[in-house]
Amino acid sequence: MAALYDRYSPVVYSVALRVLGDTGGAEDVQQDVFLQLWRNPGAFDASRGNLGAWLAVISRNRAIDALRKRRPESDLENVVLSVVPDMAGDADRSRIAEKVRGLLGTMPTPQRAALEMAYYKGLTHTEIAAKTGEPLGTIKTRIRAGLTALRKAFQE
Amino acid sequence: MSAHEQFAEDLTLHALGTLQGEERASLEKHLDICPACRQELEQLRGDMALLAMATSGPKPPQRARQRLLDAIAEEPRVPTVVLARKSPFNGWAALGWAAAVGMLLVVIQLRRENYFLRESVNNLASMTGQQTVELANARRVVDTLTAPDAQTVTLVASKNPPQPQGKAFYLRNRSGLVFIANNLAPLPPDKIYELWLIPPTGAPIAAGLFKPDAKGNATVVNPPGLPAGVEAKTFAVTLEPATGPHDAPRGTGVMQGGA
Repeated sequence: MAALYDRYSPVVYSVALRVLGDTGGAEDVQQDVFLQLWRNPGAFDASRGNLGAWLAVISRNRAIDALRKRRPESDLENVVLSVVPDMAGDADRSRIAEKVRGLLGTMPTPQRAALEMAYYKGLTHTEIAAKTGEPLGTIKTRIRAGLTALRKAFQE
Repeated sequence: MSAHEQFAEDLTLHALGTLQGEERASLEKHLDICPACRQELEQLRGDMALLAMATSGPKPPQRARQRLLDAIAEEPRVPTVVLARKSPFNGWAALGWAAAVGMLLVVIQLRRENYFLRESVNNLASMTGQQTVELANARRVVDTLTAPDAQTVTLVASKNPPQPQGKAFYLRNRSGLVFIANNLAPLPPDKIYELWLIPPTGAPIAAGLFKPDAKGNATVVNPPGLPAGVEAKTFAVTLEPATGPHDAPRGTGVMQGGA
């Protein structure tokens, strides 16, 4: 477990920290994520994707739960994901991170803002619409377009 | 196979965990019967992972690692092998993933065992430390008793001339024998003192040759060849020819004492 921790804790911790904005909370989320994996290693479905990507999503979800002060909404087993690019190596992850950051940089500001509010703050489309004064449908479309733009960039 | 367009946006919000109420219930009902939308949901989570992987920041503090390992050490449960969910068989790739899952679990288990082994090593190290202290104390006792420069004082009744004296410390089961003598007369030429262990029955057993120092002091510590488990009825010292050890005492008796 120490080896898994050494390999994946930077991404697990940084996602939680980005969401929560406080190191203590991020540490708690990280602890919870790795303990869950230790207790239930079968929750990770290796036939569907990369462990690092899965842990990153679990960490983001748990951090949002903590931010919104709610109980974890889903079991680990229910978080199934498939990732297009291969993230096996450190070099792959660095390349992916760079590409995603580049893409976010070129995204229209309203689209990126909607995506980041939903992703890093866990705001519902209704809350984002209230904040920005945009119609609900527009917010939904922007969030979806932002996420799928990432996928397309890696399918090319 | 493609996801239903009418659910596309709600699927995104569901992946993000922000879909609520009626819309969520309606989508989950649909997901139960629609593999295409389930697949789209998995891909949206994959897109979320891409976003997560791009997050950069400081590394977790060092204490967090130890905190996790401490918590794991207190976990009673051994991870069990759980097979991956059913998915369309993909030949060698599926076997590869199965092997990867197996290896992951093996690594987790080995790490766990490694932790407990380290605990055992720490306990053994602690015990070794204790024994080292005890050994050092025992050595000090022996050194004090046997050092050539140790000052030995014999107290006797006034006006009595000092007489040869000996003390034997004998551990029968471990063949341990320490013999300390003092006030011994200087040895005549070609003679040597010999210590004897005399059992209740049978012949005396040679228990070491020794010469006194200038002050008449001598010690014998764990003489080689002493058999284990022999009961001692008496210890005795004789003056023997210097060509020993001998198979039986034949010389002059110097002193003896019953056990």
